[in-house]
Amino acid sequence: MRRLLFLAPLAVFGLVLIAFSAGLGRDPSVLPSMLLDKPLPPFSLPALDSGGAPLDSTKLRNGPPRLVNVFGSWCVACRYEHPELLALKARGVIIDGLDWRDDPAAARRFLASAGNPYAEVGVDTTGHTAIDLGVAGAPETFVVDRTGRVRYKVVGAITPDLWGRTLAPLMRRLERE
Amino acid sequence: MSRRFAYARWVLGAVLALACVPAGAVLPSEQLADARLEARAHQIGESLRCLVCQNETIEDSDAALAGDLRRLVRQRLLAGDSDAQVKAFLVSRYGHWVLLKPPVEPDTWLLWFGPAAVVALGGVGLALMRRGRRVAGSGDAPLTSEEERRLADLLETDRRA
Amino acid sequence: MIGEIGQIALILALCLALTQTVALGYGAHRGDAGLMAMGRMAAALQFGFIALAFGSLVLGYVQNDTSIALVAEHSNFDQPLIYRIGAAWGSHEGSMLLWVLILSAYGAAVALFGEALRESLRARVLAVQGGMGAAFLGFSLLTSNPFLRLTPAPFDGAELNPILQDPGLVFHPPVLYLGYVGLSIAFAFGVAALIEGKVDADWARWVRPWVLGAWVFLTLGITMGSVWSYYTLGWGGWWFWDPVENASLMPWLLATALLHSCLVLEKRGALGSWTILLTILAFSMSLVGTFLVRSGVLTSVHAFAVDPRRGGYLLGMIGTLTGAALALYAWRAPDLKTGALFSGLSKEYAVTLNNLFLVAATATVFLGTFYPVFMDALHGDKLSVGPPYFNATFAPIFMLLFGLVSAGPLLNWKRDSWSSLWRRLRGPIAAAGLALVAAALAFGLRHALASLGVALGVWLLAGAVMVLARRWRGAPRGGLWPRIRTTPLAIFGLVLAHAGLGVTTLGITAMEGWQSQMVRAMHVGDEAKLAGRTYRLEGVRQVIGPNYEAVEARFQVRSRWGERTLVAQHRLYPASDTPSTVAGIGIGVTGNDYVAVGEAAGPGALVVRAWRHPLVNLIWGGAFLMALGGVISLADRRLRVAAVMRPRAVPALRSAAA
Repeated sequence: MRRLLFLAPLAVFGLVLIAFSAGLGRDPSVLPSMLLDKPLPPFSLPALDSGGAPLDSTKLRNGPPRLVNVFGSWCVACRYEHPELLALKARGVIIDGLDWRDDPAAARRFLASAGNPYAEVGVDTTGHTAIDLGVAGAPETFVVDRTGRVRYKVVGAITPDLWGRTLAPLMRRLERE
Repeated sequence: MSRRFAYARWVLGAVLALACVPAGAVLPSEQLADARLEARAHQIGESLRCLVCQNETIEDSDAALAGDLRRLVRQRLLAGDSDAQVKAFLVSRYGHWVLLKPPVEPDTWLLWFGPAAVVALGGVGLALMRRGRRVAGSGDAPLTSEEERRLADLLETDRRA
Repeated sequence: MIGEIGQIALILALCLALTQTVALGYGAHRGDAGLMAMGRMAAALQFGFIALAFGSLVLGYVQNDTSIALVAEHSNFDQPLIYRIGAAWGSHEGSMLLWVLILSAYGAAVALFGEALRESLRARVLAVQGGMGAAFLGFSLLTSNPFLRLTPAPFDGAELNPILQDPGLVFHPPVLYLGYVGLSIAFAFGVAALIEGKVDADWARWVRPWVLGAWVFLTLGITMGSVWSYYTLGWGGWWFWDPVENASLMPWLLATALLHSCLVLEKRGALGSWTILLTILAFSMSLVGTFLVRSGVLTSVHAFAVDPRRGGYLLGMIGTLTGAALALYAWRAPDLKTGALFSGLSKEYAVTLNNLFLVAATATVFLGTFYPVFMDALHGDKLSVGPPYFNATFAPIFMLLFGLVSAGPLLNWKRDSWSSLWRRLRGPIAAAGLALVAAALAFGLRHALASLGVALGVWLLAGAVMVLARRWRGAPRGGLWPRIRTTPLAIFGLVLAHAGLGVTTLGITAMEGWQSQMVRAMHVGDEAKLAGRTYRLEGVRQVIGPNYEAVEARFQVRSRWGERTLVAQHRLYPASDTPSTVAGIGIGVTGNDYVAVGEAAGPGALVVRAWRHPLVNLIWGGAFLMALGGVISLADRRLRVAAVMRPRAVPALRSAAA
């Protein structure tokens, strides 16, 4: 009994060590989405181009699966991600853009010069819709299915690696649903 | 992890770092005219963690998102929400992660009651140890060899002291 | 060329560390004096080579040798020389090199100056120390090599993180590391005692100066870090319960516990196996802290490079070192001789309770710091544990502990009576009670917690004074001076340390209870009032520094006691496009005026934030008093005499008794 007492520190340490090794590969700054497997909250954002139709959540409820990409012309990582989005558009992926906390004129200039990968772009100047979506930074990308439910969220830039390994198979599955 | 992805993370990190200008952050224009409401808003803000500069409260952070959140908190208070409702809304959007004070629930019992448990266990352990010794020392039973040795030690240290 | 010299020196040091461990471990087992002498030589040489490597790195920075990748990442020609030198340990790789430098310096000190130690004990201590050295050198060489080359070498380098370009950087990390690594010696002593199967008063006499020294450095290091964040982070926070801060607090708490239990072991031969467990845990906390900072398992406001591979190595190292030590403990500690008995009212018992509370406080900080990691690992839940948690859990434990602090030194060894304790304590109790009532009346019930803080601070101060009063009371006329002179330095050390705790408590209480703040958009010529002071924005100008540009605002601050000028800057470092804030701080006995400027708020207007921080300097003043108390204790002749003479004196005593 007394000997067991002296084993206790080692036992506790063992548990701590296991927990540490489990925590090692994780990135503490990336938050899972609260919206996972839930429908997008209702929103309606004015279009970036004057005269365009607003980006509306009801439209996303019945349509093909798509990506909703949160970006801003001020965001360095978005510019890094941009060529990959253009490549995806070329492959027929539907991407809607949410222009976050941005000067619309600057955003239009950015898309005019760098190319526009988006089917529709809504402008969120107040940042309220972004908060409603649980956005913490740009870029973030939601994978939305036919019924408008969020099936996956990417925090940070989409890379070819990430697309090939995770997003492409998911999109194929959603197409079939 | 590919090199390009590593680079992307680096870029993202740099962007996040840039967004974090150090300095307490509430702007004059954001403050509410009603001092009591503003005090409530400040208190709520102090309990919410900024999502960009992750170890600051939204009241202390200069990040743009923190500013949006501060304004949102104030709007909701003006609209008549209670403190709990404001926090619940943000939890529904960002998860328990935004609360600097984690809720007390089965998952966090160890966290909340662990410290008290350590003190209590230690206290009980000490008391048991002392009782064990007192019983052994006061009874009529002859001393065991270990006790004899302990007694000898005691006398020895007494002599030396 | 410099890089290669450093690289080779580091590899040789690793070989020497391995030699040290094997030669001393085996030599002590066989009682082979030759092998042990060789091991000691290896320890001394290891230090020499690491010093050479460290010198090479510093020289590389001084010369701005950008062919060394690390130099190119953190230094450029515009960076002032002092920060180029500081950059040598401002980076991850450099800081690990500093860590092994200190580790080997301690080892060399034991090898060269530890003649008075029992031969086998010294050999085993050094063997353990060599093993740790090898582990850290391996870490440095395999995952964080400071001497990697960069080809082609860029013309000029990047920049050290501007927040780190501060005198704080030059002193804070080395001092903190002196503390962290100092605990490695205690760890080595603990493991050596387990191998020898013997822990006694002599052992405690050896360990205590090391623990005390490490504790002094930790206290100073943490205090400097707190001062540094107070004036650099731009809103006057002095403690954030940030993971990186907690990483330094946990070893400090355990070192404090160890300090007290060593005293009991030394004076009374009790708490032996418990003390050994503390030596293992205290250093393990240093390691865990390094892991936490370097692995990226937690986010922190403190900027550090993060690499999961490093985390893996460090975790393996912690598992091996701590795991082996704790396994050895489980195996050998039950057979260690149990100590002397003591009553439930005695100095020993007070120290036992002190240890209980300090360990509970450490467990609290540990839980709070790592719970998010555990929850994430368990089922992917993200959770935050912030200041509200620590205020609710850590503070009550510390209040219990503070209740004990004034009583402990006034208790007798072995057994005491409640009535005599009451006679000694009624002064401090009365003082604390008066303070409580006075504070409650003055500030009202709304500040109940603050009143309690004031009472605790007074209680600690009065208790410290009482220790001296008890010694000196009843001195014959004119006999006070001899009494003072014959009071051991260690007593003065104790009094200062406990009084310092009281001073810090008062500072924290004032800062938490009565600080005031204002935020305004101000134009030149505008005035704003805060806590009886009037701030007037006198002027704003553009400043070009050696490697930054800044907006500088001058304020005239008037109060009843006079006027002073405060200057605050908002800086931008173009090389890395990083902003930084330099606050204008008016330091005063009753508190500080603190003003920071931010971004422009419309044309010609600046966002100005000002604070009144009452008695905030007491927080650090008290901490420095604690450290000073530690230094004075270290200077106590008895401690030094014991350390050098005792092993020779004891056999003589024994033969005299026989």
